[in-house]
Amino acid sequence: MDMKQHCMKLSVQPSRGLVDEKFTVMVQNLLPGFQLTIHALHQCEDGHSWEAFAHYTADATGIVNVSQDPSLGGTYSGVEPMGLLWSLRPAPGSKTGLRWRKMNVQTPMGVTISVYQGHQTEGFLDQVLLASVVVERWYMAPGVRRVPITEGRLTATLFLPSGPGPFPGLLDLWGLGGKLVEYRAALLASHGIASLALDYFTPKKTGKMVDNDYFETAYRVLEQHPQILGSRIAMLGLSFGAGLTLRMAVYSECLKLSCAVCISGSHVQPIDGPLEQIMTYYNKNVEKTHFDEDNQLIWRDLLLPFPTDPSLKVDVGRLECPLLLIVGEDDQNWPSYESAMDMREMMERAGNSHLLTVLSYKNAGHLIEPPFMAFTRASSFKTATNPPFTMMVLWGGELVAHSRAQEDAWRKTLVFLTENLYGDMKPDASFSNM
Amino acid sequence: MFHTGPPVVSVHPSRAMVDEAFKVQVENLPPGSPVTLHSLHQSEDKDYWEAFGHYVSDHRGTVSVADYLSCGGTYTGKEAMGLLWSMRPVPGSREGLRLRKLNVCIPQLVNISVYSGHVGGGFREQDSLASVLTERWYMAPGVRRIDIKEKGVRGTLFIPHGPGPFPGLLDMWGSGGGLLEYRAALLASHGYASMALEYFNPAEVNTAELELNYFETAFNIVRDHPQVMSDRVGLFGLSLGSVVSISLAAWSSVVKPRCCVCISGNHTHAPGGTIGGVFNEFFTNLHKVRMDENNYEIWRGMGLPIPDDISQKVDVGKINCPILLVNGDDDQNWPTVESAEDMAQMMRAAGNEHLLTRLEYPDAGHLIEPPYSPHFRATKFIKDGQKVILLWGGTTKPHSDAQEDSWKKILAFLQQNMYSSSGPRAKL
Repeated sequence: MDMKQHCMKLSVQPSRGLVDEKFTVMVQNLLPGFQLTIHALHQCEDGHSWEAFAHYTADATGIVNVSQDPSLGGTYSGVEPMGLLWSLRPAPGSKTGLRWRKMNVQTPMGVTISVYQGHQTEGFLDQVLLASVVVERWYMAPGVRRVPITEGRLTATLFLPSGPGPFPGLLDLWGLGGKLVEYRAALLASHGIASLALDYFTPKKTGKMVDNDYFETAYRVLEQHPQILGSRIAMLGLSFGAGLTLRMAVYSECLKLSCAVCISGSHVQPIDGPLEQIMTYYNKNVEKTHFDEDNQLIWRDLLLPFPTDPSLKVDVGRLECPLLLIVGEDDQNWPSYESAMDMREMMERAGNSHLLTVLSYKNAGHLIEPPFMAFTRASSFKTATNPPFTMMVLWGGELVAHSRAQEDAWRKTLVFLTENLYGDMKPDASFSNM
Repeated sequence: MFHTGPPVVSVHPSRAMVDEAFKVQVENLPPGSPVTLHSLHQSEDKDYWEAFGHYVSDHRGTVSVADYLSCGGTYTGKEAMGLLWSMRPVPGSREGLRLRKLNVCIPQLVNISVYSGHVGGGFREQDSLASVLTERWYMAPGVRRIDIKEKGVRGTLFIPHGPGPFPGLLDMWGSGGGLLEYRAALLASHGYASMALEYFNPAEVNTAELELNYFETAFNIVRDHPQVMSDRVGLFGLSLGSVVSISLAAWSSVVKPRCCVCISGNHTHAPGGTIGGVFNEFFTNLHKVRMDENNYEIWRGMGLPIPDDISQKVDVGKINCPILLVNGDDDQNWPTVESAEDMAQMMRAAGNEHLLTRLEYPDAGHLIEPPYSPHFRATKFIKDGQKVILLWGGTTKPHSDAQEDSWKKILAFLQQNMYSSSGPRAKL
């Protein structure tokens, strides 16, 4: 027993990585056939504990390599190099409806990776702990600068990549949850794109929603920044933010986008009038939403069936820049898959479908986020609208498929952005073979 | 001609331990363009250190430092880590600088930039095409740093993360004095509870702890720590720190090291096991100091000839643990290779030579440090209250190779002797 304790070596490489980088977890100097459990523990900013674990058996050389060996059970199974992160879930006894998000991006996410003897499934604190290391996962690469922006009454944070620049820029939007969510912008800046995380609900406490000029102000902050290439600006939105991205990309005279990325969004929205009309349109249809057997709200029917009135859809046939649509086919929150199909039809009819790329993932849900983060099928959600709504929302998706979708979608998003922002300036520079 | 976007330089991993290799790459250059990769670091003393290599991009506009050849600069050839180990103070810096990290809790920041053309200097006055910051860490996440001030002993203990218990190490530097934590922090990051020991104030020879007793007490502090395996504590030293290690291993009835790593040490400094003798001997041999053409002091003559009389040397025949000696054959500070040869003979005669492993590196100098550290051929030293410059020796490329190779072998030696379930083995 002691012998194993002395010999065994647990390592995670790299010990400090970006959140979208893979790591290799290895346990060496074991006796062949030794059974162990590898356990991951993370305490989030709210103080909740998240854990994942997997069962392994050492091979004939006395090694367990998580990147190559199959997990025989636990919160994930099979060969899953990053399973210890994406299968993290609230520790037993936690309250329900939690969603994991890092709000302070200037510090790393700390994960403790431990090795326990035997194939354990619970009560880890009481088990024989053989070895443990701490791994740091960062949203900001070294040298990335975080700049709070308040000009033009914006509530936003700009992340500038390391170096003199100039860099391409990007406007980053989230959904109806509001708040200034910085982590995706921080990560994009770590990949060389100056990104502005924009809060478009909080700023005006007048009860009125912001309007187009708010986004135009944000765009100009990027366009006029001395370290940003004004001619290479993209927009990326998730959920409600994706709908706004489509709207701006097609109708805004001010925003000249190099490309747009829309995740889990829809083009269905009243296009005339102020943005507030969108909320009015949703409210009119609210009785179409319903609860499932677990009392979780399914919101997707709010927009179904799609209206035939053209003033209720963004006319994507008029789009002039490459568009990447990312959708989960099990999205229970928004009819994003149906919207993507409808948009494709519209663009084919208009003759600009060469600009369109659709990434559609079976069994993935609504919240398609950067990879290797805990998956949330349903969570307690509070909207930033006035008045706010709080409820248990069903986002959809199945753990493994959704996690794979996140990894694939993120990689392709980075390629898409790099090609359109860093590549040559041909207007139809799209990639169709993905 | 297309308008391509700006070039991008990247370093993977962007945050790494100081002994981990990285890959530096530049993309989005025009094909076949001459460029200069440049590294810049500002030390804690505010001096600037830099290195650079000349490259030509391939047909895709890429330069990969790990795969392509540098055709000029502070290093040439295929050198993935050349931008670190070939660093030297920027032109106009003070003479005799040495780069050593004092605050190990925060990383060393190195800026990697790419410039157009093959540039030989004046980097501050030019605009780079792109640059990126990379972090180099001495402490892995979760390693704990504990100040030690007990029983008169002064040091810093670094404990790896985890339940333990861990093998332990007493880590000792040389006659520059002070408390240098970086190697102990790095060793803890490799799983050894390591205590960096201070045994005299910087440059104040007369504050030196001269009795073996001080070191025995320090060793026991490590040994008795609840997270340390008491039968697996070793000694690690450089220069005078190696002299202490060798003396303890041979003479101490209290300290039983599991193994010893001795870099640039000797067995003639402390005859009869008294470290106090070191300084007396030093002053009587000053006349043997030579100066080179730059007026740098060469001390190696002070250690020659190696005496035949055993009473003038540490009786290494009494050592009964594996011992690894690491030396450079261009050591201008002390005749460490000659000393190692003599030690081997003594151990052969005593019948314990099987415990000895010698690593000797051609054209390496005295200061064999963790890998990718710049090479210090001659640096400032306070001798007798005076600032002099000591010649340590070595040529940059072979010395850097020695640092890289020896560190791997040191870690393997420690792994074998401190972590292995079987008894300690001397041969690697």
